[in-house]
Amino acid sequence: MHATKSLPVTGPAGPLAPLRRWPARLDLLQSATGLALGLFMWVHMFFVASILLGKDAMWTVARMFEGYFVFGTAQYWLVSLLVATVALLFVVHAALALRKFPANYRQYRTYRDHLKQMRHEDTTLWYWQVVTGFALFFLASVHLYIMMTRPDTIGPYGSADRVWSDTMWPLYLVLLFAVEFHGGVGLYRVALKWGWFEKGDPLATRRKLRRFKWALTAFFLVLGLATLAAYMKIGIEHAPYYGQPYVPAGVATEVSP
Amino acid sequence: MSETLAPPPTSGSTAVRAVGSLAPAAAQAAMPVPDAKRRMLHFHILRHDPQDPASIPHVDVFELEEALGMTLFIALNEIREKLDPTLAFDFVCRAGICGSCGMVINGRPDLACRTLTQDLPENITLAPLPTFELIADLSVNTGKWMRGMSERLETWVHSLGEQVDLRKLEERMDPDLADKIYELDRCIECGCCVAACGTARMREDFVGAVGLNKIARFALDPRDHRTDQDFYELVGNDDGVFGCMTLLGCHDVCPKQLPLQTQIAFLRRKMVKAGL
Repeated sequence: MHATKSLPVTGPAGPLAPLRRWPARLDLLQSATGLALGLFMWVHMFFVASILLGKDAMWTVARMFEGYFVFGTAQYWLVSLLVATVALLFVVHAALALRKFPANYRQYRTYRDHLKQMRHEDTTLWYWQVVTGFALFFLASVHLYIMMTRPDTIGPYGSADRVWSDTMWPLYLVLLFAVEFHGGVGLYRVALKWGWFEKGDPLATRRKLRRFKWALTAFFLVLGLATLAAYMKIGIEHAPYYGQPYVPAGVATEVSP
Repeated sequence: MSETLAPPPTSGSTAVRAVGSLAPAAAQAAMPVPDAKRRMLHFHILRHDPQDPASIPHVDVFELEEALGMTLFIALNEIREKLDPTLAFDFVCRAGICGSCGMVINGRPDLACRTLTQDLPENITLAPLPTFELIADLSVNTGKWMRGMSERLETWVHSLGEQVDLRKLEERMDPDLADKIYELDRCIECGCCVAACGTARMREDFVGAVGLNKIARFALDPRDHRTDQDFYELVGNDDGVFGCMTLLGCHDVCPKQLPLQTQIAFLRRKMVKAGL
């Protein structure tokens, strides 16, 4: 019998059409915006928590972002620009992440039943990531809009007044838990998704990453709660003087441009 | 070829049937253990025959005395032999090789033949693998799904335009590379990874870890002449690697311990590079 034969052949696909490239770009963009927002969230928490070091420390951080130490006057548009950039990242990330949400009740129900049956941590974490992500659509939008439109109020007294006298603390409390959980799980998942830090046993890497993630989440929650409590305390004390900005000793006037 | 028995009775009530003493099952006998150590196991098995319009999905409860080294495969045979000959489930090799006996065991997909009852509580819930077409009871048509996936992803070696001379020895391959390919080729297409995947459960067009693993396997194979862009055409979309949400149920339930987490991440990096 003749032993030479042709196997099924598919011709080479050739260069990818531009539209075919978008799934790769969108997937990368979802991870990149998530990574940027997650890292920003952690750095942001440290800046906000500067109030724990005292009013002067927080005042210095706020003025730094306004370019006060470079231009000699507060340039609030710099803060608005930074917030607008974060808001843009937020909107792009939300739009891309929406693609992964359950598209209808049947899908939602199927996933809920699945996670109840499986009792599998990563499957459950994703569900809570979706829930907190959904909450962030509303909570983070409020925060970002205020920061973008009223950057002049960011300061030891201005922020404390907002937290207490403007009754923003309930929103910030929920936002803190939502953002820390969502961001922590998101960064953990991005690392797994792209195979970062993986050496040898992938399961061992995952366990270590998960422990690290929970430790960081706990740390930032404690830091966030302490920070919120500090602003609430200052806000209560400063309530009779609502609207008056903080002026550190040695700075003669307000820093308005 | 797997064995599928006749459909179960269509009674909607939950029946409890029990057997107190163990006799050797037809296919594999379980060793008796001293009375003091024996547990009475309660099997809650989802029963349904979609071919029978009168069939209503319901749970039957069977009681069975545990034996030393008893697997679910042995227990199911025992139930069928002693308590209900109509119980439908699939098996062939009873050694974790054929992938026929995948089912949902206490909520998680696994192979019945590789699951020891001693690792389970006294109440054991068994259900057919979701996502796949139900034949009856615990028997599902994974073959149909796998064939569809295989045809869609073209999971065979593509020697583009090359005439293969079967009289010649194959070209030599680096042993390390051959090992890597073999490692991924150990997939038995049992369907556990698909059933454990939240994405596959929600979106029926998702190719699942089994499909992605196969593409990763052929991407490694130097006999396959397809380029990364060719593979991108197959899995570079939201039904392919970009649809994976890294839930990793697949990796955690794979009865063959395939490195699915690693392979999907590898494929994602490769496909993003090809697509940008």
